[in-house]
Amino acid sequence: MNISTSYMDVDSDFKYHDNQIVKFGVVVFPGSNCDHDAYYAVRHVLGQDAKFLWHKETSLNDVDVVILPGGFSYGDYLRCGAIARFSPIMKKVVSFARDGGIVIGICNGFQILCEAGLLPGALLRNECLTFVCKFVNLRVENDNTIFTSACKRGEVLQIPIAHGEGNYFADDETLKNLKKNNQILFRYCDIHGNITQESNPNGSIENIAGIMNKEGNVMGMMPHPERAADPLFGYTDGQKIFQSVVKYFKSVSNRLLSYKKERS
Amino acid sequence: MYQAKIIITLRKSILDPQGKAVHHALESLGLEQVKEVRIGKYVEVTIDAATSKEADEITQKACKKLLANPVMEDYNYSIEELKEQ
Repeated sequence: MNISTSYMDVDSDFKYHDNQIVKFGVVVFPGSNCDHDAYYAVRHVLGQDAKFLWHKETSLNDVDVVILPGGFSYGDYLRCGAIARFSPIMKKVVSFARDGGIVIGICNGFQILCEAGLLPGALLRNECLTFVCKFVNLRVENDNTIFTSACKRGEVLQIPIAHGEGNYFADDETLKNLKKNNQILFRYCDIHGNITQESNPNGSIENIAGIMNKEGNVMGMMPHPERAADPLFGYTDGQKIFQSVVKYFKSVSNRLLSYKKERS
Repeated sequence: MYQAKIIITLRKSILDPQGKAVHHALESLGLEQVKEVRIGKYVEVTIDAATSKEADEITQKACKKLLANPVMEDYNYSIEELKEQ
């Protein structure tokens, strides 16, 4: 039996309500546990297309965006994300990202992206040593990106975290470059948007909660936007991350259309 | 056959909260002479290599590519030949 096929057969009769459909691929590792949440958020809340990509697959099936979801891939053995990085699908994800493909890593997905060398730095054990599961406030540091264009710079988002190893670390040189290139997207803050020690849940350097690569096509964040997407949950700030990506694809296709018109 | 005994530790510049917590517990035990605790990992790898040089190269590669993350960890190891039984 092909596990991936049965896994992908969720609501196949779902009707799209938008003519611009972005195809999200959600990678499923053994131990992923936010894969269905991410799938639900992009497909059922945003009305885009989504499919699961089993970790043993060697093709990304023509998706536009790859999501590495949260969870405990391979039991978090050795280091979080260290083993997942070597799974067959990750070879494709790495080349997809190197070619400019859009990749989003959430929580464990962020850890995997750091281990795979697609994002700089590493995620250490929380400074408090405990697993932290709660809503946090995030300040948007850069709204001129594929992942945050639906937000405003300085805006405070409420999105939950749930991790034991989310303490972002980068050496001085890396940190300098992150700032210079505006790669820091989210910082933990208080309800008013102030960056304080008290609002830092895990000891991350300079309260960093999410970053992107220098090229701007790979993003990793510890908070879970998919858990704050459906209005039923009472929090919808997480939608903005996925909406930004959809917005990006719309602008690209509009530009392509007008380019074609000009040429014809 | 060779066996590599690898020790992986957090780099000196990185705070080790786990070590700190254990340090506090040791102090509570009355062991006030303990001044610092750092916690790491120990890995034993058995390698089918022809020479110790080859075993060394394999160990290096294993450490660099997977066992340690150079962003936050250092490693060192020793290699010994296993006697055939």
